[in-house]
Amino acid sequence: MRKIAIYGKGGIGKSTTTQNTVAALAEMGKKIMVVGCDPKADSTRLLLHGLAQKSVLDTLREEGEDVELDDIRREGYGNCLCVESGGPEPGVGCAGRGIITSINMLEQLGAYEESEELDYSFYDVLGDVVCGGFAMPIREGKAQEIYIVCSGEMMAMYAANNICKGIMKFAESGGVRLGGLICNSRNVDNEKEMIEEFAKQLGTQMIHFVPRDNDVQRAEIRKMTVIDWNSSCPQADEYRALAANIDANKLFVVPNPLQVEQLEELLMEFGLLEGVA
Amino acid sequence: MSTERINTPDLNTPSEPFVVEALTAEQIKEELTRQYPSKVKRKRDKQIVLNEKKKDESGSLTLPVINANTRTSPGIITQRGCTYAGCKGVIMGPTRDIINITHGPIGCGYYSWLTRRNQTKPPTEEHDNYIPYSFSTDMQDENIIFGGEKKLKAAIKEAYEMFHPKAIAVFATCPVGLIGDDVHQACREMKRELVDCNVFAFSCEGYKGVSQSAGHHIANNGVFQNMVGNQTKEPKGKFKINLLGEYNIGGDAFVLEEMFEKCGITLLSTFSGNSTVEQFEQAHWAELNCVMCHRSINYVADMIEKKYGAPWIKVNFIGAKATAKSLRKIAEFFNDPDLTERVENFITAEYPAVLKAQAEILPRTEGKRAMLFVGGSRAHSYQELFSEIGMKTIAAGYEFAHRDDYEGRKVLPDIKVDADSRNIEELTVERDEELYREPKTNADLESLKNRDFFENYKGMMADMGEKAMIIDDVSHHEAEKLIEMCQPDIFCAGIKEKYAVQKLGVPCKQLHSYDYGGPYAGFQGAIQFYSDIDRMVNSKVKDMIKAPWE
Repeated sequence: MRKIAIYGKGGIGKSTTTQNTVAALAEMGKKIMVVGCDPKADSTRLLLHGLAQKSVLDTLREEGEDVELDDIRREGYGNCLCVESGGPEPGVGCAGRGIITSINMLEQLGAYEESEELDYSFYDVLGDVVCGGFAMPIREGKAQEIYIVCSGEMMAMYAANNICKGIMKFAESGGVRLGGLICNSRNVDNEKEMIEEFAKQLGTQMIHFVPRDNDVQRAEIRKMTVIDWNSSCPQADEYRALAANIDANKLFVVPNPLQVEQLEELLMEFGLLEGVA
Repeated sequence: MSTERINTPDLNTPSEPFVVEALTAEQIKEELTRQYPSKVKRKRDKQIVLNEKKKDESGSLTLPVINANTRTSPGIITQRGCTYAGCKGVIMGPTRDIINITHGPIGCGYYSWLTRRNQTKPPTEEHDNYIPYSFSTDMQDENIIFGGEKKLKAAIKEAYEMFHPKAIAVFATCPVGLIGDDVHQACREMKRELVDCNVFAFSCEGYKGVSQSAGHHIANNGVFQNMVGNQTKEPKGKFKINLLGEYNIGGDAFVLEEMFEKCGITLLSTFSGNSTVEQFEQAHWAELNCVMCHRSINYVADMIEKKYGAPWIKVNFIGAKATAKSLRKIAEFFNDPDLTERVENFITAEYPAVLKAQAEILPRTEGKRAMLFVGGSRAHSYQELFSEIGMKTIAAGYEFAHRDDYEGRKVLPDIKVDADSRNIEELTVERDEELYREPKTNADLESLKNRDFFENYKGMMADMGEKAMIIDDVSHHEAEKLIEMCQPDIFCAGIKEKYAVQKLGVPCKQLHSYDYGGPYAGFQGAIQFYSDIDRMVNSKVKDMIKAPWE
C-alpha cells in the first residue's frame, strides 16, 4: 500500500485535487482510503456526494471506547473508503491533537492492515503545517510520499517551500519523501515553466499541470468529482493523467528548500518575463 | 554502585568524623560550579555570591549583586515548582471556604492536594471547609481536542449544587493554556448564572514565569480584583491589621491569631493561613498591613496601599526576638498607651518560657551550623530561630525569590524587568475615592516614614555573616557538594531534597511543610522549633550512617 499525504497552502485546491485524483485511481481499479485531516471534515464531500460523514472524533466522543471501523468509514465513489478525522469548531480546543488521536485510532482499528487490501491511502491535510498535530501524517510510519499542491502565485510557492522544510525535518527521522508538485493552475503568467523550474530547484518534479477549468466547479456544485459528473470532459482526462503519473511515479526525494532570496529571484525571472520583454 | 557503599555500619566502632580540608569560601564557591559546562557555569557564577558587606562613603551598606528570578538552567535539578503550584498551592490553597477547582488533567489537582500541611479551623463543623477536598475537571483527550470550557462550566455547576460555596476559584493548568480555553469568560458566565457565588479564574498555567513566584503574583492580582473590597460595611474592632504572607503551615496562624487577640489587636484577615472569603473581602478596612513573606504577597500590600491607603510594614514572627520586635513595631504604629501596655504584658508573660528553653538547649546546639535553601522568605526568617539557639547559618538561598529579597527593597529600581516577568500581568491600581483613608495612627507619620518604618525590607544578605554563601535556585549538585565540603549539622529544604540530603548523613528539616511538626511561629512556636532542632542535630542515628564518600 502506498501512503500519500497531500499538503499545500490553504484554499489551493487540495481536497478537490485529491478527490478527483482518487476518483481517477478508483477508475483504474485501485482500492483507496481517503483520510481527511481537516477539522471542517469536508475532504470527502465529492466522493460521498455530500457531507453525511460522521467523523472519527465525533464518533469517539459519542460512542466512547466502543468504536468500530464501520462506524467511521464510509464507501464512496468507485468503492473508495472515506474517513474524516473531524475536530473542534474554530477557536476552541486543539485540532492538531485531534488529528493525532484520530490517526492513532485508525491504526488501532486496523484500517491500514494488509487484510484491508488497500492500494492507496491518502491524507488530505489542512492548509499549512501549523503545529505538531498537522505533521502527524508525515511522521514515521505514516505517509511515505507527499505531493504538494501549488500554483504560480507567490504565496502558494512560499507555502510549498515551507512545507518542504517540514518534509526535510521528518525525512531525517522517518522515511517520508517528496513525490512532486501538483500545479493547480491559477492562470498566472508562465505558470507551468515557473513551477517546473521551482520543482527542479527543489530537487523534485512537477508531476502534472492541472489547467484551470470551470468544469471542476460545475462538478463540485453537484457534490461530485469531475469523472463522476462527466467522465468524458477534457478536465476528467487531466485528472486521469495526474493519477497515472502518481501511479507510475518513481522519483521520491528529500527536497532542498529554497532560500527566500532564491524564491524571489525565481518569481522575478518568470513572473516579470513579459513585462521585461 | 557496589553494595558495600550501601551503608552497613559497624555499630560498635563509630566512624571517624569526616575531616574537612580547610577550604576558603572562594575555593568552595569555585568547586560548586567547576564541573558545569561553561555557559551554565557563567550563569551560576552570578547566582552564587559570597556575602561581602561594605559600607560606602555615606555609611550605607552595599551588598554584592545576585542574579535571581531568572530561568533555571535546564538539567541542573532545581528545587523550584511551577506557576500553578504557586497560585493554587501556596496562596489560594490555605483558604477554607473557596472551592478551588483545578481545570486540567487529574495529576495537577491530585498532587497539589493537602501536600503543604496548611491547616484550618472552622468555628463549628457546620462551617464550610473544602481543604480536605480535591476538585478537578479531570480533562481527557476529548476535552483537549474539543476544548474544555463546557466541562469546566459543568464542574462549577456541580460543585455549586453540592456545596453552595461562597466562592469558586478556577486554576488553569498547562494544557488549558495551550488549547486556549477562556477560563475567565467561563467563570463570568457561571457567576451570572449562579447569582450568589463569586466565581473567578486564575491564568496560572504551570509554564508561565520562571518559578512558582509568578503564580504568587497571579494569585495576588486575582484576590485583589475579585475579593478585596467587596465588604462595604466597616467591621468592628480596634487596631485593625491584616497579616500578609502567613500560610498556617503546621498551625502557625493559630499561634499568631491567639497572640493578636491577647494583645488586643484585631486581625481582619490573614493572607492566607486559616483564611475565609469574608476575611479577604474586608481586608481593605485594615489600618495596617503586616507582611511576613515578602516575596509571595508584597503585591497585595502595595495594591491595598495605593487603592485604600493603609500602609504596610515588614514583620517577622519566626523567632522570639523577631516576634517581640514585630509586635512592638505594630504597637509603635498605633501609638496607643493601652495597646503598648498589652503588648508589653504579653511579651513579659511569654518570654520567660522562651529563655528557659533557650538556656536548656543552647549548650547542645551552640556552634552548630545550618544551611537553608527554601522558599522566598523562609531561608531568611528561620535564621533568627537558629541564631537564638547559638547556631550559625553558613549558607542560604531562596528557591524563587527576586533580588529585593536578597539585597533589600532599595534595589527595586535597579531590577531589570525581563520578558519572563513582563509575561505576568502588573495591575494598574488607582485610589478608590470613596474608600481611601489616610493612615489612622497617633504616631507621627512623617517621622516614621523618615525612619524607613514602612515598606522596608532589608533582605536576607544584610542579616547574614561575612563570606556566608548565598545561592539562588540551588541545584542538586551544588547542594551535595556543599554538604560534602562543609558538613553542616542541619540542612533545611523541602521534600524533594529531604531524603537525598539525609542519605548523605545530614539531617534535613523541611521548612515548607515542617515535616510532621510545628507550629514554629511566635513564642510558643520558637520553643517548639528549638526542641525539634535539638532532637535532629543531636541525634545519634547519623553517626551510624556512612556517607558515600566516607
